Amino acid sequence: MEFFERFAIPHPSPAIYASMVVIALTVIAIIAGLTYFKKWGYLWREWLTTVDHKRLGLMYIISAILMLFRGGVDAIMMRAQLATPDSKLLDAQHYNEIFTTHGVVMIMFMAMPFIFGFMNYIVPLQIGARDVAFPRLNAISFWLFFMGAMLFNISFVIGGSPDAGWTSYFPLAGTEFSESVGTNYYMIALQISGLGSLMTGINMITTILKMRAPGMTLMKMPMFTWSTLVANLIIVTVFPVLTVALAMGTMDRLFATNFFTSSNGGMDMLWANLFWVWGHPEVYILILPAFGLYSEIISTFSSKNLYGYTSMVASMVIISVLSCLVWAHHFFTMGQGAASNSFFSITTMAIAVPTGVKIFNWLFTMWKGKIRFTVPMLYSIGFIPLFTIGGVTGVMLAMSAADYQYHNTMFLVAHFHNTIIPGVVFAMLAGLTYYWPKMFGFMLNERIGKWTFWALSIGFVLAFFPMYITGLDGQARRMYTYSESTGFGPLNMLSFIGAGIMAIGFVLIVYNIYYSIRYAPRNIGSDPWDARTLEWATHTPVPEYNFAITPAVNSVEPFWDAKKKKHVLFPEPLKKIHMPNNSGMPFILSAIFFVWGFSFVFAIWPLVIIATLGIFACLASRSFENDHGRYISLEEVEETEEKLGGAKK
Amino acid sequence: MNLEHSQPLEYSTKQNDLNIFGFWVFLGAEIMLFATLFTSYFVLENRTGSGPAGAEIFEITPVLIETLLLLTSSFVIGLGIHAMRLGKTKAMITFFAITLLLGLGFLGFEIFEFVHYVHIGAGLQTSAFTASLLTTLGTHGAHVTFGLFWGTAIILQVKKRGLTPETANKSFIFSLYWHFLDVVWIFIFSFIYLKGMM
Repeated sequence: MEFFERFAIPHPSPAIYASMVVIALTVIAIIAGLTYFKKWGYLWREWLTTVDHKRLGLMYIISAILMLFRGGVDAIMMRAQLATPDSKLLDAQHYNEIFTTHGVVMIMFMAMPFIFGFMNYIVPLQIGARDVAFPRLNAISFWLFFMGAMLFNISFVIGGSPDAGWTSYFPLAGTEFSESVGTNYYMIALQISGLGSLMTGINMITTILKMRAPGMTLMKMPMFTWSTLVANLIIVTVFPVLTVALAMGTMDRLFATNFFTSSNGGMDMLWANLFWVWGHPEVYILILPAFGLYSEIISTFSSKNLYGYTSMVASMVIISVLSCLVWAHHFFTMGQGAASNSFFSITTMAIAVPTGVKIFNWLFTMWKGKIRFTVPMLYSIGFIPLFTIGGVTGVMLAMSAADYQYHNTMFLVAHFHNTIIPGVVFAMLAGLTYYWPKMFGFMLNERIGKWTFWALSIGFVLAFFPMYITGLDGQARRMYTYSESTGFGPLNMLSFIGAGIMAIGFVLIVYNIYYSIRYAPRNIGSDPWDARTLEWATHTPVPEYNFAITPAVNSVEPFWDAKKKKHVLFPEPLKKIHMPNNSGMPFILSAIFFVWGFSFVFAIWPLVIIATLGIFACLASRSFENDHGRYISLEEVEETEEKLGGAKK
Repeated sequence: MNLEHSQPLEYSTKQNDLNIFGFWVFLGAEIMLFATLFTSYFVLENRTGSGPAGAEIFEITPVLIETLLLLTSSFVIGLGIHAMRLGKTKAMITFFAITLLLGLGFLGFEIFEFVHYVHIGAGLQTSAFTASLLTTLGTHGAHVTFGLFWGTAIILQVKKRGLTPETANKSFIFSLYWHFLDVVWIFIFSFIYLKGMM
């Protein structure tokens, strides 16, 4: 019995029991559904074993949307708790767990996979490649992310959620103050999914630098591909730092070492530094690909080429360098002295310069353009003023002397949501709407899409702008309640209403998907937006080999040139095509990683050893495997092309 | 398969070229991993709590032997790749085997060293200094251990399949990995042991 007691929830509540039931019912429903419709074989052959970058991209995006709702429920619960003074809706412990999981889920398991989804789906198409450089590794990346996310998500029904904040500062996150296994989940789940992110980084860099279509020099790459390259360079640079920090944190918690403790020489500030050496570049890993998407969308819907291409590239590279030099601005108040505070103040403010360059470039792209106010374009236009406000408050926070007033208040919370929601989330929704026809062969409904945009924008302003005011008035973040005499009540109620409107917006997205599946016309061709770059030059739906003939590139916008200037995109005849084989190994390996992580969380060492051996067995089998891929014969290629409306010329 | 004969065998296909490039990027990540470990070590170096300091526990003899073993192994694997380029499968396998034996010797001494540290009261839990020392050394040691298994797998494949573009590619990538571990060790030797003993 004692063995099983550790899996119990330390702080149970009716809400948690209810979600246990819901999870159990969902799992049963999925299993029953798959069995009833005899879809197990289909699921295994077409999805679980796939190495196709497009399918992996879709699975990333689906997971991200699911996680968006999980993190969103956390957010609504927080706003509901704070809506009125002295609220008893949640207790302090439950609130701690919710803000922790909200942060981790939204950053690591929503924003990251959403972006990885777009990178996976779009980049090989934009550079005219058949797949990524290492398709098998790509599948491992996805499944590691997925298993990491699942491991993190079961924490709240098995053993208890982490409750030390998404930053997990020590000594709070140490065993002394966080006894439950929650923080173990944090350390291990992030480790597993972080491993996946690192592999994606290596994969994308190699793909972009080595597999571009002939003629596509670096300075002729589409902007989203550029942003992916820069973001992945940051990933490869900083994720190993997180790996080490998490490993040390895990050892402190499970092996009683003294890295971050308050005794025997341990140094808690080392965690804060290592965490933010990864954590700050991490937000640029999120925002740069978002910038890339906006660049594609604004250019397409302004019917103009992107203004200031070179300065766009240069500013991204500068941002990537600066992003690694600003980490200490997260703890100006933690006593590192005036000299280093000044240094990190200046580097932080300097980031506003290249970012400003990008903002002006987008504005100049729209200048005198024939703007079409489609849903993706609305998000992009909404992004510019809202993100600028987030940027300006960021510069306010960067002033280390003034930061003593803002530090750890709702002002900060308002600031980073103000950059991440209009910056990243809007970009993801804009990108989803923009690329939806390429992915699924029909468009999302524009009218519902516009309603969604307005709900999210208005909801966002109502939810987060009041926090600037309460933050300046001294409302601390992460406080689960406040007294009526503080006067924070009305503004927090306004925030709650805003959060509710945002929630309606997110529900509208789901409704839009449902509505469009049922009613959207299917005969939209392969270029419904009149776009400019290579991903629109192939068929819709995209055949598994992407391009039957490798495209020839002459400029930044080869597809536009093909449409308007008679550029010949596909000069060569059809040939047989080499493709990688599917493999079940990535899924099995990652499933073993899940077992490994789970048993590590609960310190079940025999199982850890068995799982470790299983992981090595998978690696060995991969090493000895003799897999040369397969060829799609010329006849098959011709047949597929014919079915899709004839080979592209 | 698309063979390009102007290139060495390990670079001869497009996928081979990608593999080697990708591995270099991975080594970049590894550099960051060890850089973080070194940085943490330098931060925690003098935070010995109630435990011993570096100068009290480091001994030059085993460390010198470890260094010699690992440096030699790095040289030998270079000879192995040279033999591979000349197409001499047997010589290559021999050199790879010697490399792994030297690596095994290194690992033996390192394990002996670890046991010694624990015996004299400098275990993983003693202080922040010992924790970061043993973690940094241990991460390098774990890489060597992994390399022993990996190298064995490669020798078996070369034996079974001969020198094909694929086995040559794997062998070359393994040699990159092995050289990298050697470079890391030079940093460990200089900035952990020598600096600690001064």
